[in-house]
Amino acid sequence: MKEKLKKLSNYEFELDKEGSMKVPAKLFISEKLLKDVEENAIQQLVNVATLRGIQKYALAMPDIHSGYGFPIGGVAAFDVNEGIISPGGVGYDINCGVRVLSTNISVEEFLKKRTEIINEIYKNVPSGVGREGKLKFSKDVLAEVIEKGAKWAIDNGYGIKEDLQRIEEYGYMKGANFHDISSKAIQRGMPQLGSLGAGNHFLEIQQVEQIFNEKISNVFEIDKNNVTIMIHCGSRGLGHQVASDYIKLMEDKYGYKDLPDRELINAPVNSDLGKKYYSAMIGSVNFAFANRQMIMHWIRESFDKIFGKSKLNLIYDVCHNVAKIEKHVIDNSLKEVCVHRKGASRSFGPRRDEVPEIYRNIGQPVIIPGSMGTASYVLVGTKKAEEISFGSTAHGAGRVCSRSAALRTLRGENIRNELSKKGIEVKAGSWKSIAEEAPQVYKDIDEVVRVSHEVGIGNLVVKVKPLGVIKG
Amino acid sequence: MKYKFLEHKADAKFQAFGKTLEEAFSNAALAMFSLMTDIKKVKGKIERKFNVKGYDKKALLYNFLEELLFLLDSEGFLLYKIKKIKIVNNKLEAVVVGDKVSNYETHGEVKAVTYNEMEIKEKPYMVQVVVDM
Repeated sequence: MKEKLKKLSNYEFELDKEGSMKVPAKLFISEKLLKDVEENAIQQLVNVATLRGIQKYALAMPDIHSGYGFPIGGVAAFDVNEGIISPGGVGYDINCGVRVLSTNISVEEFLKKRTEIINEIYKNVPSGVGREGKLKFSKDVLAEVIEKGAKWAIDNGYGIKEDLQRIEEYGYMKGANFHDISSKAIQRGMPQLGSLGAGNHFLEIQQVEQIFNEKISNVFEIDKNNVTIMIHCGSRGLGHQVASDYIKLMEDKYGYKDLPDRELINAPVNSDLGKKYYSAMIGSVNFAFANRQMIMHWIRESFDKIFGKSKLNLIYDVCHNVAKIEKHVIDNSLKEVCVHRKGASRSFGPRRDEVPEIYRNIGQPVIIPGSMGTASYVLVGTKKAEEISFGSTAHGAGRVCSRSAALRTLRGENIRNELSKKGIEVKAGSWKSIAEEAPQVYKDIDEVVRVSHEVGIGNLVVKVKPLGVIKG
Repeated sequence: MKYKFLEHKADAKFQAFGKTLEEAFSNAALAMFSLMTDIKKVKGKIERKFNVKGYDKKALLYNFLEELLFLLDSEGFLLYKIKKIKIVNNKLEAVVVGDKVSNYETHGEVKAVTYNEMEIKEKPYMVQVVVDM
C-alpha cells in the first residue's frame, strides 16, 4: 500500500481514489513516522474511504496504527443523511480521554513529598484490572451519570462548577437514553464508576520542560515552576460492552458479508439502530467524563492532605475515542456531519462555540500524553485543523512492541530503576504492568507532535515530563 | 501446549488448542486471563454457571469469552479454571471457578473480545483470538 502514496508535501501523503473508495485517503505524517506504519493500517484507512456518505477524505493523524475496522489515529466525517455511524470508528474504550491540571505546588515542594503523595493518590483512586470503585452506585444513579456526565459528579460534590466549562462538551453530551444501554453494560459500569482501570491508563504528576508559546501557556495558567497533573482513562467496562453490543446488533441487522472487514460494521446515522448506538455512545462518553471528574476530585483531596490547602485547576479534558455530530465547511458550505475520531483529538481553533469562553480567542487545549517515561504535550487547536482535518489532530504514541514481547524481554524491576535514575517515580499494581508499559514499547511522541505542529493541525504550547506515575 | 501468544503490536493475539472444541475454548479463556494475572496463583473459591448462545462457532466463542469479562467487571470474578463446558448446537453451558480479583496482583487489562483475525479449526482443534487491550 505504501508505494501507492503520493507525497504532497513534507507531511502530507495521499492515496488516490480507486476501486470502491468514495474519497481519497490522506495521511498527515512524516517519512520517519511512516516507516513504522503497518501496511494493514493503510489498508484500514482505504477501507474507511469506501464507507457510505464519507466526506472529502479518510484521514490519518501522525500517530496512525493498525486498529479494528478503522485504524487508530483515523478521522472520518459522514453525511448525517446519507452516511453511516460505526462502533469500530470510535473504538471499544468510548471516550478514552485525558485531562490536564495546573497546580500551585512547586516542583521543589512536590519532590520533597513525592513518595507520600503518590502513595496517598494510589490509596484514594481505585485502580487495577476489574477493580471496583470505592462506592457502590445504584442503577438510578447510573442513569443520572449517563445523562449528565461530569455535571452529575459536580452536583454530587466531586469538584466545583468552574470545572464544567473546562471539559469538552462542557462536561456532558446531550441525547443519552439510559434504555439504549444494555443491562450488561450497566452492570459492568456500576462497580467501576470512579476507577482508573489498568493497561495504558495512568495518573501522572509532571514538570514543565519547555514552553513553546508563552502567551497561550499563560492563558492555560501553566506556571513553569509548578507541577502539572494528567489523568488518562475512559468509560471502563460500560463503554466496552456498549461497543460490543452494538457491533453484534448491527451485524444481526445488516450483515457483514459486503464489508471489506467485519469490524467496519455500521448503520446509517439516521436509522433507528444508528441513533440508538449514538445515544448509548453518548451515555458512555458521559460516564467517562464523570469517571475522570471523580478521580480528579480524589487527587485534589490527596494534595490537600499532603500539602495543606492546594489549588489544582482543571485546564481541559478531551475525548480521544468518539463520534460527534458537528458542523464543518465542505465544498464551501456549512454542513452537518458525523465526525468519527478514533485515537484522535478534537482540535478546534478560535471562535467556535464548542470552545469555552475562557479559550475562545485562542483555541481549545489539546492534550497528547506520552508513555510512562516520556514527555507529554499540551497543544492548541487551530483554524487550519478545521479546514483540513475536520478539526482533529493526534492523540498519543502508539505501541511499537507487543505486550508479550515486552514481558519476555523486559523486567519491571529494571524498568523502575531506569526510570528512577531519570528522576521518575512509578507506582503500579504489579511489576508486570510496569514492564508491559515500559517507555521503549511506545513510538516517538516528540515526532508525532512535531508533525501536528508543522502541518498546523495542533500547535505546540507546552512540553511536560513525568516526575511521578501511577498505573493500575 | 494449552495456548500460545502470537506477535501483535497494540493488543494481544493467541491460539488455544484442545482435543475437543470444548477444550480449545477452555484454553482460550485461560489464555485471556493469563494476560491479566498469574493464573496459576488464583484459587478456585467461587463457582459460577452460565449459558451463552451464538449463531455460529465464532459468535459462540466471542460470547463465551465476553461473559467471562462480564463476570470480571460486574463481580470481580477472576478465572482459575473451567470446571465444566458443553457445546451443543451453538449453545454453550459452562461451570467456572475462580476468586475475587481484589485478592491478586494484576497487570494488563482486556477491554473486549474481537472478531479480528478470529479462526476456529477442527481436528486438531485450534481457536485464534485477538483481544482489545
